[in-house]
Amino acid sequence: MARAALTAGGKRGLILVSPPFLYALLLLAVPLATILLFSFWTQDYLDIDTRFTLANYVEAFNDPLYMQLLRRSLLIAGAVTLVTVVLAFPIAYFVSFHVAPGRKSLWLFLITIPFWTSYLIRVFLWKVILGYNGVLNSGLTGLGLIDEPLSVILYNANAVVITLAHAFAPFAILPIFVALEKIDRSLLEASMDLGETRATTFLRVTLPLAMPGVVAAVLIVFIPTIGDYVTPRLVGGPDGLMIANMIQTQFLKLNNAPMGATLAVLAMLSVTAVSLLFIWLNRRWLRGPK
Amino acid sequence: MTGLRAYAIAYLVFLYAPIALLPLFAFNDADIIAFPLSGATTRWFAELTQSASLLNAARNSLIIAATTAVLSTVLGVCAARAASMADWPLKRPMMGLIMLPLVLPEIIVAVSLLVLVVQVFGLGLSNTTIIAAHTLICMPFSIAVLNGAFQNLDPALEEAALDLGETRLSAFRLVILPLVMPGIVSSLLIAFTISLDEFIIAFFLSGANPTMPVYIWGLLRFPGQLPVVMALGTILVALSIVLLIIAEIMRRRGLKRAGLKDRGGFL
Repeated sequence: MARAALTAGGKRGLILVSPPFLYALLLLAVPLATILLFSFWTQDYLDIDTRFTLANYVEAFNDPLYMQLLRRSLLIAGAVTLVTVVLAFPIAYFVSFHVAPGRKSLWLFLITIPFWTSYLIRVFLWKVILGYNGVLNSGLTGLGLIDEPLSVILYNANAVVITLAHAFAPFAILPIFVALEKIDRSLLEASMDLGETRATTFLRVTLPLAMPGVVAAVLIVFIPTIGDYVTPRLVGGPDGLMIANMIQTQFLKLNNAPMGATLAVLAMLSVTAVSLLFIWLNRRWLRGPK
Repeated sequence: MTGLRAYAIAYLVFLYAPIALLPLFAFNDADIIAFPLSGATTRWFAELTQSASLLNAARNSLIIAATTAVLSTVLGVCAARAASMADWPLKRPMMGLIMLPLVLPEIIVAVSLLVLVVQVFGLGLSNTTIIAAHTLICMPFSIAVLNGAFQNLDPALEEAALDLGETRLSAFRLVILPLVMPGIVSSLLIAFTISLDEFIIAFFLSGANPTMPVYIWGLLRFPGQLPVVMALGTILVALSIVLLIIAEIMRRRGLKRAGLKDRGGFL
């Protein structure tokens, strides 16, 4: 049926998409399936014991350290997402509604530039800014606002949240901006004509119409944040370490690939579960206009 | 709306604060990275040029980034061109898999490829493994950039070329390629920039020869090396900004060539 319905254009499309699709299949789908497989095997000293077992999952659920890291990763990623999206929304709104059309792309370009510069060095510079003798503390002490350096802003989860909120800013701004740009401005005028104030127009017209962008922003920040390795390592201190750091330890230090694979699978499963729940909670905003 | 504008400017300061500090410390004549600054020097830049392992890492990164840029753009052109054509069965899931690395945590891509290469195939790690992985994660960005170029192409142009006796291939070369060229240049530059900067995957998949970010990661452990890292970072950031400006100019030129209004942004 489907084959018979394939048009000439569709056929050429299928042939053209084959190389990138096969590439993604071989280098993404197959490796992901391998990770899943490994999570059901165990490490037997230098060899892999390939008998099917749930031992890794049992161990992961019973070891308080793994569960704590997973819970913390979800919490930090949630906090990062909340902070990033809340801070990003006014920027997207400003660029979409209050910047002249000819200057919008300049603003977006300015917003995206820092994102493209060396990630490692940016994270390291946050350590310089937030440190005990860092830029922020020496500045605040110099101004006489604080007597001794703040210690709550480095080597803990707060530092991780600040640094990641910076790193993912454009990821949150761009989808919200795109959603805001799509809003028909005459709807806002209609709302004002019908007696709504600016504030109620925003809450009852603009915000609901922007929700698809907000949901996209939440997902695009939340999902990669769970797997961040550099930021917890550099600015997180012992209480800011996340699941990716443990995955790295299992693979590269403890040489226990099956346990690392199990933790990777658990991280992916929890991200997917939270994301699906979030989409489900927001389903009423995501229905297309009919 | 002055409040909103002030907020936007404060936000830009927040975004630019870290990279604005880079050159300050790169030219600062002190071994520690802290205020107050103590005079200007260029010795950290001079030290850079004398490190053989740094030059080696830089060469490695350039080879990897250039190869990745070409592979990712070629595959991206195929996918973006295909996406602009009529539907075929499973189009959405197929495109979804190709675009998946955009949202997948990089550590997942890194460990899954590590397991496949080392544990399953028993192969060693080398620049090739990094290029293969970088191509995978750059491809969605290339497609995002190229989609704009291909989706706005007028199909009548290709039909006209075919009617005038060109083959599909020569019509692509003579008609379509020149029209999407700005998008291609922009995709090359973006994939190059991403690959040059990528750390996690390179960290897991590099063999004996580290890439630039892996080399920097090693330096970050030694406090004495930090001013040199700042100097290196300044050069890298300047390079990225230049590449991005060229990419942005090419993207705008492409839009103009297609007769479109600029709706902003790469993504």
